[in-house]
Amino acid sequence: MTNPGYTLIELMAVAAAREIQDGEIVFAGTGLPLLGVMLAQRTHAPHCCIVLEAGTIASQLDHLPMSVGDPRAMRGAARAAGLHEVFPYILQAGRVDVGFLSGAQVDRFGNLNSTSIGPDPRHPKVRFSGSGGACDIACLAQRTVIIARHEKRRFPEKVDYITSPGWLEGGESRLRAGLIRGGPSVVVTTKGVMRFRPETKAMYLTSYHPGLTAQAVADDTGFPLDTEGATETPVPMPEELCILREVVDPERIFLR
Amino acid sequence: MSVSGKMIDLHAAASLVRDGATMSFGGFTTQRHPMAFIYELVRLGKRDLYLFGHSPGGDWDILIGAGCVKRAELAYEADEAFDTVGPRWRQSVERGEIEWEDYSNFSMVARFMAGAMGIPFMPIRSLLGSDLLRRQTLAAEQRAADPRTSAKKLHVMDSPFKANDRIVLVPAIHTEFAVLHVQKATVNGTIRIEGQSFADVQQALCADTVIVTAEEIMEEEILRREPERNPLPYFVVRHICHVPFGAHPYAVFNYYDYDPLQLKIYHDSARDDTAFQRYLEKFVYEVKNQTECLFAVGGAARLNGLKADPCYGYSPNLKRRGLG
Repeated sequence: MTNPGYTLIELMAVAAAREIQDGEIVFAGTGLPLLGVMLAQRTHAPHCCIVLEAGTIASQLDHLPMSVGDPRAMRGAARAAGLHEVFPYILQAGRVDVGFLSGAQVDRFGNLNSTSIGPDPRHPKVRFSGSGGACDIACLAQRTVIIARHEKRRFPEKVDYITSPGWLEGGESRLRAGLIRGGPSVVVTTKGVMRFRPETKAMYLTSYHPGLTAQAVADDTGFPLDTEGATETPVPMPEELCILREVVDPERIFLR
Repeated sequence: MSVSGKMIDLHAAASLVRDGATMSFGGFTTQRHPMAFIYELVRLGKRDLYLFGHSPGGDWDILIGAGCVKRAELAYEADEAFDTVGPRWRQSVERGEIEWEDYSNFSMVARFMAGAMGIPFMPIRSLLGSDLLRRQTLAAEQRAADPRTSAKKLHVMDSPFKANDRIVLVPAIHTEFAVLHVQKATVNGTIRIEGQSFADVQQALCADTVIVTAEEIMEEEILRREPERNPLPYFVVRHICHVPFGAHPYAVFNYYDYDPLQLKIYHDSARDDTAFQRYLEKFVYEVKNQTECLFAVGGAARLNGLKADPCYGYSPNLKRRGLG
């Protein structure tokens, strides 16, 4: 395959950025989400507001933070508070339009695992960092964008541990669990972009990344993936790539 | 309360902690952890600590790796983009060497808030539908046998004021110690936090004994010119230690940045048992105090490179990738 002129992480960052509308309040985490939201802020969504869970509100980031508690998050912020303010007053009160999530496992209803691998979390095969704010964002943001590495074992029928609840068992099950809002709207992966059917809440393929086919993405998914109507993921525009490389991440903290 | 008597050295402060104590530390992943205090706990060989936190990083990781921790209640343990899982945390869980309970950041902070307000629990709308709600790592017998752990992980109920409005009650935290590292403090116990406050204030307010390590000791009168910027009343703070670079290798807004090279050395070492022991020996056991530790790291030449640019509050030209 010829060099397409962009990398996979750049393609994903652009796809993530396009999920953000101008003026929205965005709860973002380190890595791809911040690449996406910083790009969105410098392209189609100049008035989106970045909230980082460690306490900063409306940062105008000059340098990519390596943590949500990074002193770089203070740059241009409208307010510096703490977790005790951001979680109850901003997130729980329903003021976050879109939150970003990721996990080591994703199932067909967008439930995420970032806790551990194995049937018994008390004796895990592999242990991860844990929820952090992920469970809270999954429960309380108006909608969420999931970022994930797409491999068959990472997209199982059921995740080993639901750290971040998605649409649970589909249908109305999220509402029945007592969650009053939210749910995942999209999954951006290393292979494609997926959304959820309005009635069943089951994941379906919206687009496959250039160089792949819908069938190839389905073959790398551990549950039956509806691919009807899927098209190719739009490639990044030169302007988006230039902003990502020159402005958002010139240090190549996350871009490769 | 008398003005004098709060200033204390790090060794004396850490010596107040007895084995089995319940504790929380200020900061968040890569900023404002009381690292010099942590190293002193390791040097003193403290054992069986009960830790409570939201998103600690290498502060907990080194304590866990050095065998100081019996039980932890937490949401996350990692240095974020420097290494997405705390290496000693991961090892100790996978080897069954630590007891712990998983919560989320919001639920842990709500627990600190309840403790700080003197109420038994806080209702929240998070956790519903998750395995953080359904499953627990600590057995009911383990909880019942130890008053340092809440008898129940959480409780789900309908609002008493509205039918079918489900909420989760999370239990208050009460610790014997909270240790914070802040930018400024006075000998009287007035403190100033610059930048994000994380949950430092709530953690302090639910502890019996609050120990503050500070970059700078200020005149009381200067901090009292802007009392709205002082997040805790002086009488909450019991002990103060003057510890410049006390959070190294983590950042302190307006003072210095994190140290990417030291963090890389830590993470490279901490993945391996022998290399981790060598790290402890070089930077903790074989140095007598914080000053010697900073010399072992590289002294002024290294630390000057981390100093915050006053326009930014961090070091904008710091090299963060491709080190060593």
